[in-house]
Amino acid sequence: MISVVDLGLSLNGRAVLAEISFQAQPGQVTVLLGPNGSGKTTLLLCLCAHYRPARGNIQLHGQDLADLSYRALARRLAIVPQDHHPVFPYRVREVILLGRISRVGFFSQPGVQDYEVVENILSLLRIQHLADKPYTRISGGERQLVLIGRCLAQEPQVLLLDEPTNHLDFKNQYTILKLIKDLARERQLTVLLTLHDPNMASLFADHVILLAEGRIVAHGPPLEVITPAHMAAIYHLEVEMVNAGARHLLYPKVG
Amino acid sequence: MSRSWLCWGLLLSPLPAALLALQFGAYPISPGKVWQILGLPLGLGQPPEAMVQILWQVRLPRIVLAMLVGLALSSSGTALQAIFRNPLVDAFILGLSAGAALGCALSVAFWPGLPIQLTAFVCSLLAALLTFALAQTRGEVPILSLILAGVIVSAFFSALVSMIKFLVDPHKLASIVFWLMGSLSLADWQAVRQAGPWIGLGALLIWLGRWRLNALSMGDAEAKALGVEVRRERGLFLLAAALSVAAAVSVSGIIGWVGLMVPHVVRMLIGPDHRWVVPLSMALGATFMVLSDTVARTFTGGEIPVGIITTLAGAPFFIILLKQKGQESWRT
Repeated sequence: MISVVDLGLSLNGRAVLAEISFQAQPGQVTVLLGPNGSGKTTLLLCLCAHYRPARGNIQLHGQDLADLSYRALARRLAIVPQDHHPVFPYRVREVILLGRISRVGFFSQPGVQDYEVVENILSLLRIQHLADKPYTRISGGERQLVLIGRCLAQEPQVLLLDEPTNHLDFKNQYTILKLIKDLARERQLTVLLTLHDPNMASLFADHVILLAEGRIVAHGPPLEVITPAHMAAIYHLEVEMVNAGARHLLYPKVG
Repeated sequence: MSRSWLCWGLLLSPLPAALLALQFGAYPISPGKVWQILGLPLGLGQPPEAMVQILWQVRLPRIVLAMLVGLALSSSGTALQAIFRNPLVDAFILGLSAGAALGCALSVAFWPGLPIQLTAFVCSLLAALLTFALAQTRGEVPILSLILAGVIVSAFFSALVSMIKFLVDPHKLASIVFWLMGSLSLADWQAVRQAGPWIGLGALLIWLGRWRLNALSMGDAEAKALGVEVRRERGLFLLAAALSVAAAVSVSGIIGWVGLMVPHVVRMLIGPDHRWVVPLSMALGATFMVLSDTVARTFTGGEIPVGIITTLAGAPFFIILLKQKGQESWRT
């Protein structure tokens, strides 16, 4: 569980996040939704201790984030970054194995158990056939799976993903989000991710947090939060809605 | 299967290289005689005394020292390339070598009481930190500015060395010039005993932490997210690299390109996983250095500084590398 109380962060003298308070529950997918520059990524970077906010308090399962070393944090929380520029073409298996580094002694090498964890993840994600390929030479969707695999190797309680559907095609967006939701349910992971597409968010989120200009505009179940009124307010755009059974779909008014 | 044969071949390559090097020199010793002399403690035959002396007191220490220097340069090159996420750096390009040379020059010229290794180590570390600080902009270390900073720091430290050369008396000047050329011609067991432990310590640290180099090479943010204490660990590797480079420079002078070239060759052969790249670079570095030094001392009647041989072999290699991998490697 993540619990954030009155978080505030300024970068270069500009307030980037203010009065952020929310909770994300285990077994649930919480989606951060908001326009570009609304502070979604910054918020994730606060949660993985990349930024140390001046105001407020972040707790992971009742433990203060500020008290954890990077090593201790990596055993509890894993993040799939948005952009990733590898310099050396490591094999997929080696990349996933790196998820174990916080669980192996400072000057030790990975052991039998660590290799087992990696093999299990490869078969769970059905990417055994990629295991010996350089991960610089696989498709965007496959790389996203590998990075999720690396996170799972950390055996975390909390999983953060920064725009996991970026650069993915229609089907891969669905596959990745479905996988993330299943993982959250099966492993009781607390999942927090950022998305750009409100409709994808209504399909997969258990809980939605709307961000605009560094503040939380609304939060709650998708049906209550993802409404034409809210979307129009944060995107400054006229939005229309169609109802399709239990779901509704939003689209910008054209013309 | 073929990959593991390749690994073992590389790991064991220093042995045949050393046996080969033992035979060549101003006074050739046949392979049979080499074995006889090496087997002397076991009581195999009676080779001539002069031959035994040359082998044990001249050739063997020089070969051992060449191996240590090659190991130091290539393992530090591997570590530096990983922690700076930059396949185009080594101790030479980042100014560590120039720093160590300044330390040597200072010690020879002004502080003969201080051990050369210590001044070389301090100056080498100073040069590394200076390069890093110069290259850092807004918490990032762009690849291009790192290389530029290395060039600047190298030039600055080299200028200081030139200043010292200008100031000291001709006798001391000669020994400073010797270091700058890069040569193993003064090698003896004394030099091995002086540099060996420090090179060993630096290389041991890099070898023990080799898996963590994979994580550090992912970049600061990623390494932190994986649970690596980036500042501390990068500092440790920098220290280890400076330690072994300083010890190597203090006995052999500045020898370029080995630290850059060897890790690359290994990566091309077996892939980028540092758990393998580190030990294999050490082995190949030792082999390459022994062979280069053998060429250096036998190619002409006199002695060519070995730095010239490694540069002649390394510069074309660097150009080929830039042409082939430039697109991938120079992303800033």
